[in-house]
Amino acid sequence: MYTPHTERDIAQMLQAVGVDSLDALLRVPDAVKLREKLDVVPALPETEIVRRFEELARMNAGASCVSFLGAGSYRHYAPPAITALAMRGEFLTAYTPYQAEVSQGYLQAIYEWQTYICLLTGMDIANASVYDGATALAEAAIMAINANGRQKVLVSRAVHPNYRAVLKTYCDGLDVAIEELPIAEDGTTDLSELARVAATKEYACVALQSPNFFGVIDTPGGAEQAALKASGTVLVAVVAEALSLGALQVPAQWGAGIVAGEAQSFGVPMAYGGPYVGFIASTKEHLRRIPGRLAGKTVDSNGKEGYVLTLQAREQHIRRERATSNICTNQAHCALIATMYLALVGKTGLRDVAAANLQCTRELADAVEAIDGCSLNFTAPHFNEIVVCVHQPAKHALAKLEQRGILGGVDLGRYYPEYANCILMAATEMTTTQDIQMLAKALQEVVHVHARV
Amino acid sequence: MSTPVSDHTASPLIFESGQDGRANRYFARGKQLSEFLPREALRDDLPIPDNSEMDVVRHFTRLSQRTFGIDVGFYPLGSCTMKYNPRVNDAMASLPALRDLHPYTPDAFAQGALRIMWELERSLCSLFGMAAFSLNPAAGAHAELAALLIAKAYFKARGETKRDKVIVPDTAHGTNPASAAMCGFKVISLKSDKRGRVSVDELKKVLGDDTAVCMMTNPNTLGLFEDHVHEITRAVHEAGGLCYYDGANANALMGNARPGDMGFDLMHLNLHKTFTIPHGGGGAGAGPLGVAKQLVNFLPTPYVRKKNDSFVLDFDVPKSIGPMRSFWSNFAHIVRALAYIYANGAEGLTKVSQLAVLNANYMRVKIREFLETPYDETCRHEFVASAQELKKATGVRALDIAKALLDRGYMAPTIYFPLIVPECLMIEPTETESKETLDAFVDALRDIVETAKRDPEQILAAPVTTVVGRLDETRAARQPDLRWYPST
Repeated sequence: MYTPHTERDIAQMLQAVGVDSLDALLRVPDAVKLREKLDVVPALPETEIVRRFEELARMNAGASCVSFLGAGSYRHYAPPAITALAMRGEFLTAYTPYQAEVSQGYLQAIYEWQTYICLLTGMDIANASVYDGATALAEAAIMAINANGRQKVLVSRAVHPNYRAVLKTYCDGLDVAIEELPIAEDGTTDLSELARVAATKEYACVALQSPNFFGVIDTPGGAEQAALKASGTVLVAVVAEALSLGALQVPAQWGAGIVAGEAQSFGVPMAYGGPYVGFIASTKEHLRRIPGRLAGKTVDSNGKEGYVLTLQAREQHIRRERATSNICTNQAHCALIATMYLALVGKTGLRDVAAANLQCTRELADAVEAIDGCSLNFTAPHFNEIVVCVHQPAKHALAKLEQRGILGGVDLGRYYPEYANCILMAATEMTTTQDIQMLAKALQEVVHVHARV
Repeated sequence: MSTPVSDHTASPLIFESGQDGRANRYFARGKQLSEFLPREALRDDLPIPDNSEMDVVRHFTRLSQRTFGIDVGFYPLGSCTMKYNPRVNDAMASLPALRDLHPYTPDAFAQGALRIMWELERSLCSLFGMAAFSLNPAAGAHAELAALLIAKAYFKARGETKRDKVIVPDTAHGTNPASAAMCGFKVISLKSDKRGRVSVDELKKVLGDDTAVCMMTNPNTLGLFEDHVHEITRAVHEAGGLCYYDGANANALMGNARPGDMGFDLMHLNLHKTFTIPHGGGGAGAGPLGVAKQLVNFLPTPYVRKKNDSFVLDFDVPKSIGPMRSFWSNFAHIVRALAYIYANGAEGLTKVSQLAVLNANYMRVKIREFLETPYDETCRHEFVASAQELKKATGVRALDIAKALLDRGYMAPTIYFPLIVPECLMIEPTETESKETLDAFVDALRDIVETAKRDPEQILAAPVTTVVGRLDETRAARQPDLRWYPST
């Protein structure tokens, strides 16, 4: 129960308060009295709690399978120094740093996180975090809507389907309409209509993801960037695999006004989907519209440098219904983990790990392409994911791989009916040659069996 | 008591240390990026430093030592429920088969994870009297948004599109009106009565066929139980509206009374408050969203269901508002919350809220000996004191008391909230603190008040033991310095 009260403490405290019993302290009107016996999991001593969760953990067969799952959540190496540092109680059990004088360490870490995100994206400013990549996109769209007052947003179909779904959830609330850009043959977004559509000046923003959901590098050319700029349409760059930022051209260079991303790859465990860490970076002009916390540097009464939460007039606890967002709790601790990751791996490590991802992905692509009955669906340059066509429903092929202890990837038919024969496969620095050989062997059996019937 | 965050030497930024080539070798070397991608797809430079692992470890250890958490000392921050975060919860969330499970793992390969989600959901339904909980929202405010989107979709499905008003008492958390605005609702602020509660008469004046939702927290942010809650929810229902329960203060009634029985149709919990999830310096949290029967079909996707003896993620909720986030839940926190419920059981959780209320009342009767307590009656998990009289007499404000508490090794109470009490100190001790700790804190507070009367300058100068003194917030806002720049 984690309560330190002895019977004697309780008696003394009740006496001080002047009531007879604990029940008397919590008395409620009859109309709202508890009438039912509560049905919750049983109380266990700590030894049995551990046994219970170990038993539940064993029921997750997927955790020990050879896996090529990616699609917005990635298995990457995290140096153990991160856990040792991040689990320090001072960080773990702190609240939002409202009392700056006793929160200088955390505030400085947030300032460092904001800096890392700016350096990685090439943008001017970044916030202290939002929930995840999907909500980052939704909040970025709201920033754009607030910037130019337009009530429609445009999003590429190659943006993560879950991100698009969350964008829709948020936009439904604001009665904002969403339209989608189609996918071209090579796996990039078909931007042929973009200039014309943008020129209508009806769209607050256009969201493009690079690498996109298919792993394909997907950035607009100079003409599209110019058309967006001329029409006042904000380009929202979506980044679902933050590791790519260590290698690829920065979003600022391809015209982004706002970058909405997910930083799970920087040392945050996959943990069956959360908590992760979303980030928003932007050009200076959006400073007063950025949602959530911002840490800033200032001085104390003696002129000594220090950090505070700043520009709080944007936030819900001050501005209430006129705030830029309702966000209060964010993902500070995951952002702290990501900051530690970036500090540890540094420039050299970030480039090395990006190269290792590209190499493993090439090895995977080569192995898959060599299989009769498998082909790569898209030709454009990609980062650490590939789309493999198995010429049969991907769902069936994946089920057969599962029987062989392999999680082969994500069935694209789940989100794109036209790609129902395709599997989205990811390879990272954690993928071994042995994993790839095992997959290739199994895949060969799966497609051959199918070919015979 | 000395404060542990008092190392006065400078703390350079991570960007100000390190040398090119001083890299840790975590990954295989050899390949160049240009072997895989065309030059124009690659970034030109990467201006972040290489630091040795030891330097990084020292850097963050030092930052941790300049940070105050529950593990450091008493943290009576009102409305935040800063109770002890049991370490076994973290250990369970770190079991490799839970920590390293990919969200797209097929259901049959993730039965343990799904069962954990289902067990927590079922337990929360019983504890709070709801038909179903969605574990999707990432935080309390996120759940509020989901709830209001549900209300909007619900009224739309019923053809009641005129309902565009959300009623929020003036004691409500700022997220309530901010969430309402994100769904296009108009916010009506309701003034509290003399007793610090929602006035049923005032409420009835604003109720009508344009009422969508009334948002309340109970006990409210003054720590007072809304004893007319049943009449309030009935009146809202008679007007055709829905009632939302902001569960930020659920630690005051868990196991003793249920929002469902009070007539609430929607509610959220902050697992990072009531259910001992570490707040991590501002998050991540988790904000399960509970709904009554008529709203189950509107829940965000996915929803965990038991089918025969196995568990599935159901993405096909008929009238769902859609997903609120990238992936299913803040699962590591779901694990922690369930471990906490296992450690307590129903009886234990009932006792938890009783002792939280006992601790708050014990502090209230001790503190009212030397500070005003404007709504002086039996409180729940927290109460509000005021430094208004002290300010008149000495010039010392709640803010100054807060800073003086930092010097004495305590986190300060909430002082910016609730807005209706001038110079407020909102104190929430939680149930995990011992009588000795409460007594020592009360003594420190008494000492501050007495010192203020004798020598106000001493308190006005606080804090003096911390790594920095009071910071210039105006300057921070006027000349925003939000990042470091590389020298060019």
